[in-house]
Amino acid sequence: MKILVPVKRVIDYNVKIRVNSERSAVETNNVKMSMNPFDEIAVEEAVRLKEAGKAEEVIIVSIGDKGSQETIRTAFAMGGDRGIHVINEANTEPLAVAKILKSIVEKEDIKLVILGKQAIDDDSNQTGQMLAALLNWPQATFASKVEVNNDGLKVTREIDGGLETLSLTLPCVVTTDLRLNETRYASLPNIMKAKKKEIIETPISDIGIDFLPRLEILKVEEPAVRSGGRKVADVDELINVLKDEVGII
Amino acid sequence: MSVLVIAESNGKEVDRGTLSAITAAQKISNEISLLILEESEEVIEQAQKIKGINKVITTSGDLIGGLAENLAPLILECSKDASHILSSAGTFGKNIMPRVSALNDSQQISDICEVIDAETFVRPIYAGNALATVKSLDKVKFITVRSTAFEAAQTEGGDAEIVSGPEAITNGKSSFVNRDLSESDRPDLTAAKIVVSGGRGIGSADNFSILDPLADKLGAAVGASRAAVDAGYVPNDYQVGQTGKVVAPELYIAIGISGAIQHLAGMKDSKTIVAINKDEDAPIFQIADYGLVGDLFDIIPELSDKIK
Repeated sequence: MKILVPVKRVIDYNVKIRVNSERSAVETNNVKMSMNPFDEIAVEEAVRLKEAGKAEEVIIVSIGDKGSQETIRTAFAMGGDRGIHVINEANTEPLAVAKILKSIVEKEDIKLVILGKQAIDDDSNQTGQMLAALLNWPQATFASKVEVNNDGLKVTREIDGGLETLSLTLPCVVTTDLRLNETRYASLPNIMKAKKKEIIETPISDIGIDFLPRLEILKVEEPAVRSGGRKVADVDELINVLKDEVGII
Repeated sequence: MSVLVIAESNGKEVDRGTLSAITAAQKISNEISLLILEESEEVIEQAQKIKGINKVITTSGDLIGGLAENLAPLILECSKDASHILSSAGTFGKNIMPRVSALNDSQQISDICEVIDAETFVRPIYAGNALATVKSLDKVKFITVRSTAFEAAQTEGGDAEIVSGPEAITNGKSSFVNRDLSESDRPDLTAAKIVVSGGRGIGSADNFSILDPLADKLGAAVGASRAAVDAGYVPNDYQVGQTGKVVAPELYIAIGISGAIQHLAGMKDSKTIVAINKDEDAPIFQIADYGLVGDLFDIIPELSDKIK
């Protein structure tokens, strides 16, 4: 079985976000970039399945500018086998990403796609579900446990208020939640090996899908800044404040 | 223009998030239909009375477990006359809506927090560290709604027509096994009015129970910072922050939390923030409405004792 793991290059989760001076986007120049944390979990899960003998190959795909190749190499260092870089200098919306992934799935005869549940930049949480729709495959989103057996997958999902278990036939789509696994640190030898693994480049226009944006971004703003209040001296004052000023206790 | 709202319900009533989505729908159009995805007379009866709803659409067939594969074609069929399809942005809506949107070749608009007009919406990006105003160019708009951003619609005063809708067909590729809802007496983190959260300052997994009496007294949910989760004090589902849960309660009490960006992204929309930390220079104090500097191991028991 071949597993496809899409990875997105995003601003590192520790970086303080700044809106650009044109108020048209978040500033990404000279900002530390990393792999989307949920995608790291997806790579880890795919590599574990390969290590457990449940999969033969883990293919990594990223859509974006040249920097995306660095993110693909990060996934290689974790255990990904080979990569596909779909080149698009502009932002690619989830529906277009799903269409690109569909074409790769069909070309590469993929049986399982594992994706992060959302990217921490646009927070859409759509691509996996959309891909499953376009392929007419079953989906298990927000997975916290994945078991692969002969006829399919048993997936535990994080839902509001608890957990839910689904049974799915292969091929299928899984999206990862935080609890699914703990990602590994790449060893130096694996980082060296990652440099030699193959990445095939494809311009987005070669894929043959409609990738034009459907959402026009009119403006991007910073939310109202929350200003600090005041210190209270002790527990008694805090309780009085919660009673009289906040009115909650 | 007409709006179809996908209801999430629990066998008894339509949930709070759906009521918020109805309020968002009212800002788009006066023609609102509510689609009920379970065969419950109680829910249908309640739905009919919600103010602002013209039509309640009932469904039948394989609705078990609310599988996206079974529900997406059904929702699409009900969407034919609608210009906008809305659901709340809980895990139910997040799971199903993109599947429907893709089947209709529409680019969904996720997690809106404001309706500017029928085509233009504001949505948080970067975990709420920026707000994007987006205009949808799609003919039919599929939207999920951030429930903390809209008041709940009134559950009395409506008199909607009940229409029977389509049947959900078993898809044969996925099936529901079971659901294990936490039996905690505490409210859910994302729905709680008060959240008490602990950070690395708590020191250990055993120490974390110091928050329990306080949470019990306040009827609060218990959360944690990523640092506390990474240190193994509590499981991952406690995590409030950019990669965890985003909460906006009436009162958020941050205890032994320094205030990393990652954490602030998940709680800074709380109405009132109280920070308790022994380091008076901790960044959390820069955004807290009320700060108390001191040893949490003295303060928390005293606070729990003194709250009536």
